[in-house]
Amino acid sequence: MAEAMKMRATMQGDAVDVKVLIQHIMETGQRKDKKTGNLIPAHFINQVSATLNGKMVLDMQWGVGISRNPFVGFRVKGAKVGDKVAVHAVDNLGTVFDGEVVVA
Amino acid sequence: VCAAGLLKTSGVFAATWNNLAFTSKDTADAMKNAGYAGAAENKDIMIKVPDIAENGAVVPVEVSSNIPGTTSIAIFVDKNPNPMIADFEFMNGAEPFIATRVKMASTSIVRASVKAGGKVYTNSREVKVTIGGCGG
Amino acid sequence: ASGFALNSRAALSATDAGGFYDLPAFGNVSLLHITDCHAQLLPIYFREPNVNIGVGPGLNQAPHLVGEHLLKAFGIRPGTPEAYAFTYLDFDNAARTYGKVGGFAHLATLVKKIRASRPGSLLLDGGDTWQGSATALWTKGQDMVDAGKLLGVDVMTGHWEFTFGAERVKQVVDNDFKGKVDFVAQNIKTNDFGDPVFPGYVIKPINGIPVAIIGQAFPYTPIANPRYMTPDWSFGIQDDNMQTVVDEARAKGAQVVVVLSHNGMDVDIKMAGRVSGIDAIMGGHTHDGMPAPSIVKNARGQTLVTNAGSNGKFLGVLDLDVRNGKVAGFKYKLLPVFANLIEPDKEMAALIETVRAPYKEKLGEKLAVTEGTLYRRGNFNGTFDQLILDALMEVKGADAAFSPGFRWGTSLLAGQDITLEHVMDQTAITYPQTTLTEMTGATIKAIMEDVCDNLFNPDPYKQQGGDMVRVGGISYTCDVNKSIGKRINNMMLNGKALDPNRKYKVAGWAPVSEGVTGEPIWDVVTSYLRDKKVITPRKLNLPKMIGVKDNDGVA
Ligand SMILES: [Mn+2]
Ligand SMILES: [Mn+2]
Repeated sequence: MAEAMKMRATMQGDAVDVKVLIQHIMETGQRKDKKTGNLIPAHFINQVSATLNGKMVLDMQWGVGISRNPFVGFRVKGAKVGDKVAVHAVDNLGTVFDGEVVVA
Repeated sequence: VCAAGLLKTSGVFAATWNNLAFTSKDTADAMKNAGYAGAAENKDIMIKVPDIAENGAVVPVEVSSNIPGTTSIAIFVDKNPNPMIADFEFMNGAEPFIATRVKMASTSIVRASVKAGGKVYTNSREVKVTIGGCGG
Repeated sequence: ASGFALNSRAALSATDAGGFYDLPAFGNVSLLHITDCHAQLLPIYFREPNVNIGVGPGLNQAPHLVGEHLLKAFGIRPGTPEAYAFTYLDFDNAARTYGKVGGFAHLATLVKKIRASRPGSLLLDGGDTWQGSATALWTKGQDMVDAGKLLGVDVMTGHWEFTFGAERVKQVVDNDFKGKVDFVAQNIKTNDFGDPVFPGYVIKPINGIPVAIIGQAFPYTPIANPRYMTPDWSFGIQDDNMQTVVDEARAKGAQVVVVLSHNGMDVDIKMAGRVSGIDAIMGGHTHDGMPAPSIVKNARGQTLVTNAGSNGKFLGVLDLDVRNGKVAGFKYKLLPVFANLIEPDKEMAALIETVRAPYKEKLGEKLAVTEGTLYRRGNFNGTFDQLILDALMEVKGADAAFSPGFRWGTSLLAGQDITLEHVMDQTAITYPQTTLTEMTGATIKAIMEDVCDNLFNPDPYKQQGGDMVRVGGISYTCDVNKSIGKRINNMMLNGKALDPNRKYKVAGWAPVSEGVTGEPIWDVVTSYLRDKKVITPRKLNLPKMIGVKDNDGVA
């Protein structure tokens, strides 16, 4: 689901500044359906990793407290224009999200 | 700017999801279950949050650590039903910095805890969540 | 009042040695400042508050000085036109003696006169310009956009402007303002990747000296006003980015750095202590007409903080003497705009006449006559707010009512007719819906505590710069120095203690959440006025204030 991910990677000094937005409901599992009164099942991204030129730089675990349409920003030293930054995410139902961007 | 992704299995993650920490009901338990028990207060952990949240459902939080050897940062919101928000582990040149957006139901302490050189540290800021209205 | 009526047309004449507006030029960089005019194109009455409590660092400091305390602090003699302009003292009589204030045609003449002796000067508009009147609401701010351009505004920032929606603001900035007015805001960013929405600042040469004007829009717009108006933008104080912008402007050669701010004065004062390298913060939002700047020391020297009142009452004039790339001296004057002293500018008067023409008859409809003075300002309540509360409770059949603590809204003298225009001056907003809600006593208290904390939190960055929600039907005590949850006590309705578990019918207006329907507030108020015909002096529902002994923000 690459279209669900928006990425930007720009050099700032000697580090690449990466910004990532993923479209996702991030349902907590704690909200009630107003019509039925039943709990809406949890549905959220819980594991995310980022790589620079294929090498892992960031290993993340997320809970239900991350906002809907999650945002994450990070910086990696030693990158240069043309490098590839990739983000890989999976939610608690096993849906996988991938994105890649070339450092500008 | 976003290239088509390559489908991978979830086997790329270093550890399995820390269910125990993420389902803990208070920050102390969550910190213990995520390996941050006994963290010492440290002002070298910088937390950038708004003084008043514009939207409690989307509160920007930026954390950076000036503590040498920082390998991970975790974020907690004390008043949330599950205080643990996320845990970030840095490697291979990643700076000890993270920006994200979190849900907050009410005014609360936002805590950032850090692992560095085999020790744990923590710092916190309050974010006000208000009903709004009125104005000059 | 003991004073003489103001009717000296010669006051503007440079040849008249005693001319009220003869302000000798000083230095080589001059900045003229208007703010929070709230779309008042014509001269009006505006009563300053008799309650403006300061807490924490604001205790007994400007702007938290009212009445005699303010006169004393700034060396203003009682019974003078200045005392009338800057305080509520003897308001009704003073207003009859000295007349109306403001008006864009009068302001235009004054701006021209001041600029004539200050070549190259800039005119800054701090915002809250496009909202506050019927014509501004009905033309989506176009009357004020055109008036601002004709007045010669060079740089602007905003707050209530955003309640016309992000697209409308962008449309004006990209078209009407293009090449004429720089709309600046360092603290507005997109919600996706945090990109700037407007330029953060502009550098303009004044007499060969590069002067940076940095914009600071109202930081809490998406909280104080409906967030759905600007869904893709975030605001906030952003004082670390402010420092970055100041340093960037200096690096680009700016010898003077001025922030055109809509923070509110307490926030400006705190910011001036935390960010260094700013020569002056010219502020608004809290509608404080301060005769002299507050001087704040910080890491790289000092910053002047000014606030230029509201409703077109004042023109701020900051003259700077810049030598060897630095501000070596300053003079500041906040000039009251006395309509009787100033010949209206013909071109501006014609513009105002034209924009009002289609609505004039409707606006002039006499709804009732008031026997008492009607005004709004004050931390807890004003007589015009009380009138709105009374109308809400009666028309809606409510036990209690809430009315927002807006600081705009013109005043009426005893004996004046209340026209539709006056009602719109208090109510003209883009989310005017009235509501009737069942609330428990506990919820009512929680709402009051929340708003009260936005006013009396000792940390200015946790204040929002409005006044306390006006409360009808419920008496209470307010301990201003306590923390949230502990300030509001002894709540009583009809002589009985408010039951936290019982439900009460509460009327209100100006909902910030999306999709709320209800009759507009102006319809509720006008039907009440038409019914009553004569508005007797209002009995103000004011809390008993606790912790304000020796507070110079209480008259
Ligand atoms: Mn205003
Ligand atoms: Mn304002």
